[in-house]
Amino acid sequence: MTYQAFLIKYSEIGVKGKNRYVFEDALVRQIKRALDHVDGEFKVIKQSGRIFISVESESYDYDATIDALQHVFGICAICPTVIVPDEGFDKLADAVIKFVGEEFDNRNFTFKVFGRRANKHYPMTSMEVAAEVGARLLEAYPEMKVDVHHPQKMIFVEVRENIAIYANEIPGPCGMPVGTAGKAMLLLSGGIDSPVAGYMISKRGVVLSATYFHAPPYTSERAKQKVVDLAKLVSKYSGPIDLHIVNFTDIQLYIYEKCLHEELTIIMRRYMMRIAEHFAKEDGCIGLITGESIGQVASQTMQSLNCTNAVCTLPVYRPLIAFDKQDIVDISEKINTYETSILPYEDCCTIFVAKHPATKPKLEVIEKSEKNLEEKIDELVKIAIETTETITVEA
Amino acid sequence: MIYFDNSATTRCCDEAMAVMTEALQNNFGNPSSLHNFGLESENYIKDARRIISKILKCTEKEIYFTSGGTEGNNLALKGGANAVKRRGNHIITTPIEHASVDNPVNYLKKDMGFDIDYVPVDKYGVVDVEALKKLLRPDTVLVSIMLVNNEIGSIQPVEEIGKLVKSNNPECLFHVDAIQGFGKMIIVPKNASIDLLTVSGHKIHGPKGSGFIYINNKVRVVPEILGGGQEYGMRSGTENVPAIAGLAVASKLCYDNLDSNRNHMYELRNHFIKEASVIDGLSINGHLDNTNAPHIISVSVRGVRAEVLLHTLEDRGIFVSAGSACSSNKPAISRTLKAIGLDKELLDSTVRISFCPENTVDEVDQCIKVLNEIIPQLTKYSRK
Repeated sequence: MTYQAFLIKYSEIGVKGKNRYVFEDALVRQIKRALDHVDGEFKVIKQSGRIFISVESESYDYDATIDALQHVFGICAICPTVIVPDEGFDKLADAVIKFVGEEFDNRNFTFKVFGRRANKHYPMTSMEVAAEVGARLLEAYPEMKVDVHHPQKMIFVEVRENIAIYANEIPGPCGMPVGTAGKAMLLLSGGIDSPVAGYMISKRGVVLSATYFHAPPYTSERAKQKVVDLAKLVSKYSGPIDLHIVNFTDIQLYIYEKCLHEELTIIMRRYMMRIAEHFAKEDGCIGLITGESIGQVASQTMQSLNCTNAVCTLPVYRPLIAFDKQDIVDISEKINTYETSILPYEDCCTIFVAKHPATKPKLEVIEKSEKNLEEKIDELVKIAIETTETITVEA
Repeated sequence: MIYFDNSATTRCCDEAMAVMTEALQNNFGNPSSLHNFGLESENYIKDARRIISKILKCTEKEIYFTSGGTEGNNLALKGGANAVKRRGNHIITTPIEHASVDNPVNYLKKDMGFDIDYVPVDKYGVVDVEALKKLLRPDTVLVSIMLVNNEIGSIQPVEEIGKLVKSNNPECLFHVDAIQGFGKMIIVPKNASIDLLTVSGHKIHGPKGSGFIYINNKVRVVPEILGGGQEYGMRSGTENVPAIAGLAVASKLCYDNLDSNRNHMYELRNHFIKEASVIDGLSINGHLDNTNAPHIISVSVRGVRAEVLLHTLEDRGIFVSAGSACSSNKPAISRTLKAIGLDKELLDSTVRISFCPENTVDEVDQCIKVLNEIIPQLTKYSRK
């Protein structure tokens, strides 16, 4: 069947008050952006509390359209819709019968017809349309049964200038449209967690920037490519991401030389947070995002988080903080980052990791240890920031 | 750039490229076409078969062109096992085979129900012939042993093994993966009782996607790829004429200059070993003398991870391979290095240097200089 339109349903935006239009406009913008890459021409219309996408070209790529819309935060459901001209009720009923025949191979279900009349000049009321269409459907397909309380299928018939018919709801990603919240800096590694964290925060409408730390020659060009690929996968949802690639080698080696080995990871992470915050402020971000989860590794115990958190002035959002690993893996599989995340390239957090890193570091002790770095560290951080490569990643 | 990763792949030689361009540009006919244009194309294949059969001292009909080493090894093992499965159920191979042998063998074990034994190797990576003798059974139907190991360059005594295998059971198939050995030494299948021998083009300055398998005309192998019946029905599909022509030219060049190439690469290898052995923390795996293949050196550096050494060398324009691709996320420890009993700490600290005749003593000197510089630095920052 060819659908000429898609009705977009959103939930949370519906409860917004006077600023509701801000959210709707953002959703329209995000839908347009997503459909930009799809073969076909589309018109996105805001219409009495919903968004309607009509296909303007003769042909278009249906699968790609659905895929694109399933990556737009704010969409709860996508309803592929058939549009027929208003040529009297008989034609309307015939069109619904044809639609049901094509949409459902097996019609052994209970149903209910919903009528909606936006064109108030139409000679029948919404209730009358629904009841009469239902009767005609029963005539055409005796195997169908009406159940107005708990129908298995709902068939929507909307009378506007044209007649719109739809029945299926394809789930969208839900959340809030990107661009309605603010901007935050994601600390992106090559692992499983950080892309998921970025996805989750972006799902609340947040625009993303990202910072990645690499340590050539200890980490390879492929590890860097992997992170770019991950950012690209996340950007399919979040929109373009400015990715800052920081060369962290000299800082890491210097810490290694000057500090206790079991404190290396904590101190390293404190410098990562500091540098990420520098770029966050530069990019107009008002928060940092990490993929940390309590107790997952030594650097993510509450004591360790306390130490790394202490260097930040911006709020640090940690959407995975109470997630089990498997729950994170499930999301990464859903958003298609898992396969890339598990590619076996070394990342800079693990290369110098101690056999027994501190799991309960004390902030005062760590701060004291950092004094050992005083001589050169500011200069090294400055160089790292100056030599950072920034690329815009877009799906 | 200093390219010391010739066991991974080589630069296609100019002579091969020239004949390939000609075959792609002018004589692009399908060898199966009846017209003259097809015939010209067929001549490339005939010439190639003649050149290669001369090198192996076999008949032309015993050479079948493939897409490379992996296809050849799959055909030899799966097609070979398929042909002999009624005669017995026992296969012997080694723990140091390349993945393109090891994985088909795993398949034969898991999906086809064959009984597999692995002959142990000594610390130099050479198969223990006495152990093989004990493993041979009346129902042993296939033995697969490589000519030269791809990670350390150990040469296997295939002549001795061939004799042993055939004296146990003349009908047992003997397969030799010669992908790292062909072009580096004389190999005559008949002399070593080899029934199946596989070769890849891109390891010997031929094009990627080229290769051949020698199949003794007295044995049967069940083809894997069925279709139009090309390659005597052993490997259907329109022949990759340019690749076949390039492969033959590259093979001929290897064997025309075999002695001088070997001497030159042994000179490089011996020079490297002499100079590198004195570097603190560095050790070399396999035989140090010329009983090892001339082109491969397996180098371990204590306390330095292979990936780090590789990228540091890369930074200085020197390209090598990590002896075993390993990382914290997904340990894939080299079976070969494990089999030779390498110290656990070195499994993840081993790189492979592999030469071609175009490499120079000067390049080796530069590499040694760089190693002398970077190893103390890298060892300083090793994981504690």
